[in-house]
Amino acid sequence: MNSKISKLNKQDMMEFDALIVGGGGSGMRASLELAKSGLNTAVISKVFPTRSHTVSAQGGITCSIKSADPNDDWRWHMYDTVKGSDYIGDQDAIEYMCSEGPKAVYELEHMGLPFSRFENGRIYQRPFGGQSKDYGKGGQAARTCAAADRTGHALLHTLYQNNIKEGTQFLNEWFAVDLVLNGKDEITGVIAFSIESGKVCYLKAQATVLATGGAGRIYASTTNALINTGDGLGMTLRAGFPAQDMEMWQFHPTGIYGAGSLVTEGCRGEGGYLINADGERFMERYAPNAKDLAGRDVVARSMVLEILEGRGCGEKKDHVFLKLDHLGADVLNSKLPGICELSKTFAHVDPIFDPIPVVPTCHYMMGGTPTNIHGQAFGRDNDIDYLIPGLFSVGEAACVSVHGANRLGGNSLLDLIVFGRAAGKYINDELKSGGGVAEATNDDIDKAMKRLNKLNESSTGYAVADVKKELQTCMQNYFGVFRRGEFMEKGVSELQDIGEKINSLHLTDKSIAFNTSRVEALELQNLFEVAEATAISALLRTESRGAHARDDFPDRDDENWLCHSVYEPKTKKLSKREVNFGPKKVDAFPPKMRAY
Amino acid sequence: MNLKVSLYRYNPEKDKFPYMQNFSIEKPAKDVMVLDLLHLLKENDSSISFRRSCREGVCGSDGMNINGKNGLACITPLSDALKGNKLELRPLPGLPVIRDLIVDMTQFYDQYEKIKPFLQSDLEEPNDQERLQSPEERNKLDGLYECILCACCSTSCPSFWWNPDKFVGPAALLQAYRFLADSRDTKKQERLAELGDPFSVYRCHGIMNCVNVCPKGLNPNKAIGEIKSMLLDVTGREKIKVVSME
Repeated sequence: MNSKISKLNKQDMMEFDALIVGGGGSGMRASLELAKSGLNTAVISKVFPTRSHTVSAQGGITCSIKSADPNDDWRWHMYDTVKGSDYIGDQDAIEYMCSEGPKAVYELEHMGLPFSRFENGRIYQRPFGGQSKDYGKGGQAARTCAAADRTGHALLHTLYQNNIKEGTQFLNEWFAVDLVLNGKDEITGVIAFSIESGKVCYLKAQATVLATGGAGRIYASTTNALINTGDGLGMTLRAGFPAQDMEMWQFHPTGIYGAGSLVTEGCRGEGGYLINADGERFMERYAPNAKDLAGRDVVARSMVLEILEGRGCGEKKDHVFLKLDHLGADVLNSKLPGICELSKTFAHVDPIFDPIPVVPTCHYMMGGTPTNIHGQAFGRDNDIDYLIPGLFSVGEAACVSVHGANRLGGNSLLDLIVFGRAAGKYINDELKSGGGVAEATNDDIDKAMKRLNKLNESSTGYAVADVKKELQTCMQNYFGVFRRGEFMEKGVSELQDIGEKINSLHLTDKSIAFNTSRVEALELQNLFEVAEATAISALLRTESRGAHARDDFPDRDDENWLCHSVYEPKTKKLSKREVNFGPKKVDAFPPKMRAY
Repeated sequence: MNLKVSLYRYNPEKDKFPYMQNFSIEKPAKDVMVLDLLHLLKENDSSISFRRSCREGVCGSDGMNINGKNGLACITPLSDALKGNKLELRPLPGLPVIRDLIVDMTQFYDQYEKIKPFLQSDLEEPNDQERLQSPEERNKLDGLYECILCACCSTSCPSFWWNPDKFVGPAALLQAYRFLADSRDTKKQERLAELGDPFSVYRCHGIMNCVNVCPKGLNPNKAIGEIKSMLLDVTGREKIKVVSME
């Protein structure tokens, strides 16, 4: 029975011009671009594409389309994003995203995305956190384009539909195991298997795009889908390639207490606000201007402080409330119908009458594989960056970096479509002008089969479910909203023990057809790679910036840390990489104190 | 109190026939979702197989038959699902079973692709701007675009069980109407022409199981009614022969 899944025959190869790993928003935007250009393009996705986590995005896609405000300016959006990133977002990339954004959003509308509308027929935009007019001087902006509170669902389905239209090939419910590297250190594709049939294949491609999304499942409590296991980063880290800014994890202020499901920032954009046990709107104290629409890192920390100081709600005083009832049934039903549904299901609360219990919950990975604006992935050798031939990364898996130390709400969907599209365009140009990679040898392919073979041959070892719980508890305890060196050191040492277990997992069920336990074991190994990169990066960045808040280093330290951190898996060490302060069309925004 | 869980099991590599496996499991202290219970079972027997992703009712992965009714495991609380202390979990009916609770959804997806689920317009796209659509026009898409393709409706429909290759089924018909109702789509006649045969739409006999089970509270039956009226309009007014007898 084993042999079928562990041996690879010559005929078990499929060849493509471009291979996209991941069928979420960024992957399908890239594949759409490539399929339209006539390249032989395939998307491999471990779930049917519309089950990808993009589907859970709610509030919208932030972009200066001048609908809510005809005077809006993409430069203001750029300023907000740079400030939100706590100044370690790359300004060339942020400039590209904010200035190209409107085109990319209009394209989505042309594809049929059912945006909500204003009376004049234009796309509806709502206020979101960290948004301002006139470079922070003109008050709150409304820049987030929305399809009610189901924007991610609408976007993902629209992209899938248009990929059907353009004839993209899909390998649905296929799992990518590892990258194939040839002797020239070029990426020539991946080893993957069909979850349904167990068939293992070498998927060969001139360009391999990792669009594998986030890895929120490294934490015990997260808004992320169960499938968010950092599979792309697991592959790059195992192959020895670096990951950037991995200490930067966003904790969303409003995850439903107990369940972790996301409650969109759009609730506060539409006028909702947070209250403590005394019924006080406490954000007025922490962020007198932006209040509940300050940056997510700021709001999350304020909530935790309220709880730590004894003003939490409920029996255990361990959460706060999101108050929406004053908005009225009409607004809630038309603008936030999905939230009403989720809240009733998971919090047993109807927000038309009662507040929703919420708590900061792991939500988004700002870090990832470092790339340039074309999605080309960087390797690193002796503190010098080089481009990895054949390898691209886009979306949450990548760190281009537009989010720096803290992402603004609504910028993730924009990131997906702008850089998915950019990577598609670049690969098209490159391949049509003769670019590509050399062949891989059988040895190269065998190397990429190792992990799968080892797991399939395991006869003793640790249970996946147990080790996963241990990993998630460790990350939750030591690498949460507030961090401290001594605790993180404990976490890093626990991770060493967990790492040994990760290397000897026992796959008890060796069956072939739709064996989800095999997938879960492989996913756990990916989670571990991401967790270890996170832990070491967090311990070594000795300052507080954006989402990375340390009790023992409470201040931002621009002298030493106005830079990206680059985690190198071979040495498990951290090096520093310069932040780009060279936008092309505007002057750079210099670092300032960040207040809301 | 212990729960009696009866789970549909089938592993094509070792089982000649599917069977029901019984578990006795302590009832969780607080009300949990059916999916949480499945995870508990899987911790003890990793061979139990089911699909899941978002665990909050928006991705549509974990449609299954729960105590006789199709629904999503992740948003069905035990308190709603239990009959006494009994819970019976089966795969969605009518589709081939791959393993345990996992069905082969090819026929379902084929029907979805058949209705051309993408916006089609003969009009030139405005340069550097969106197409305009009034809130009233956009409101017509509410109750349609939210479909998550979980297949709970189509696999509860006897007409779909009989003719999964020829009857489009409630899920895909809901999407067919989503594009017919979109003020931006200009291919209404062509779309209708492809639906006018005796099977695609007309095999719907208004049984209403689809409405009864939709976990998103959508109403495919109403959408099908709208399509039927549009087909009548087309045949009546423009004398287009859309009904071809086989």
